[in-house]
Order: sequence, then structure tokens, then C-alpha cells
Amino acid sequence: MVPLSYYVILSVIVFVTGVVGVLIRRNIIIILLSVELMLNATNINFVAYSYYFQNITGQVFVFFALTVAAAEVAVGLAIIIALYRSKSSINVDEFQLLKW
Amino acid sequence: MELFFFYYLAGVIILTALLVVALRNPIYSALSLLIMFFHVAGLYVTLHAEFLAAVQVIVYAGAILVLYLFVVMLLNVKREDRYHPQFPIGAFLGLVIITEVLLLAFRRSESGTPPMPPAGSVAEAVGNTETIGDVLYTTYLFPFEVASLILLVAMIGAIVLAKRDLFEA
Repeated sequence: MVPLSYYVILSVIVFVTGVVGVLIRRNIIIILLSVELMLNATNINFVAYSYYFQNITGQVFVFFALTVAAAEVAVGLAIIIALYRSKSSINVDEFQLLKW
Repeated sequence: MELFFFYYLAGVIILTALLVVALRNPIYSALSLLIMFFHVAGLYVTLHAEFLAAVQVIVYAGAILVLYLFVVMLLNVKREDRYHPQFPIGAFLGLVIITEVLLLAFRRSESGTPPMPPAGSVAEAVGNTETIGDVLYTTYLFPFEVASLILLVAMIGAIVLAKRDLFEA
């Protein structure tokens, strides 16, 4: 039997990989992919706890997280296309209009 | 046997997650994310969440990742030369968080026994999909409707953002 803490540790490793990806990459598409990594890490946690506590609510919330991820991808990729149209680049260092 | 499956799935998930962040070519990153999604679906099957495993493959691997690949190929992104200059800070931060959580996890397993699942699964009698649908359409009916509204807003927002001159014609 796999202990619950193994799933939590797996989820933490994947989540921190996503955080580090957001921090160190300059390609905005890779940054969105790292956000997907973080969402998947939380989903693993939800499903593991749902199984170990015998409560189906966790799986329902994974369903909602999936919906939000789909919406986020649609809007995020539209924003990326609009950004590329204005600067012909998707390097985040080029977009510093709001930086002070 | 279950432990073997867990180690295999977890190993591939961690490896492909690292590859998503480390690979220079965005197409390779997206493809390794695809492999990760399939193995996460396998993990869901071992956790008796068969419906979510199917949805994971259909929605994440089938819809979201195709959208990513479409945009990557549409924009024809070149390989990037190097990482962000704040790379050491990011890596250090990640190491600190991982160390902290590992310490916490091992302290917790010393102090008390973690919960173990009972013999039968929660959805064994009627099936996983029926149980989720029952809860989703009764207890979580209002969040379900809000989720549909979110999808509608995302659809309209994506069209408005990506269309070139929507309001000028």
C-alpha cells in the first residue's frame, strides 16, 4: 500500500518544478506550461486525498480545476498571440511597459 | 505491486516535469508535458478515479495541449539561448521549498500513522462516474453553473483578444 505522504511529496516536487519554471524561463509559452504543471500537482493532491479519506468531493474539485485550466489556456494563448502581434516576440523581458 | 506502479508513474512524472522546464525547444517541452499528462492519468487509475483519468486524457492531452502546439507552431518560436538571469535565485528558492516540505513530511510520518484507505473504494458499488455525477448535480450544482459561465467568458475573451480589428470595421 502506498502511503499518502508519497503522493504529497510527488505533488510538491511537481509544483516546485512549475514555480521554478515560471521564475527562470523567458519564453512566455513555457511559463504557461509551467502553470499547467502546478495545476496538475494540485490535482494529484486532490485525488490522493479523495481516495484516502473516501470522499468524492476532491474529485469534483479536480473537475472544476480542469474547467478553470481550460479557460486559462484559451485566454492566455489569445493574450500571447496579441503580444506577439504587437512586438513580434514572446520573450517576457521585452514586455516591461508597466515596470517602474 | 502497487508500490512498483507508483514508483514508475511518479518517476516518469517528475522526469518529464523537469524536462518541461529544462528543454530549450518549446515543442519538446509541450511533448514532454503530453507524456506527463498520460502518466498522471495512470496515477488517477491507481487511485480509483477512472472518470478523471479519462477526462485528463481527453481535455488535457486532447484539447489543451493541441492548443499549445498550435500556438507554438503558429508563432514559429526560435530556440532561446539562455535562461533568465534570475536563474540562481529561482533554483535556490525551489530547493528551499522542497527541503522544507520533505522535512515536514518525514516529521509527520514519525509522529502519527497516516490514514490508510479502507478495503472498498468509495465508488465501488455504483461506479466512479455515477458517484461524481450525483455529487456534481446536487451538492455542487451552483459551482457547476458558474464553471459553465467561466467557459463562456473565456471563449468570448479569446475571440476578442485574438481578433485583429474587431471594433474598427
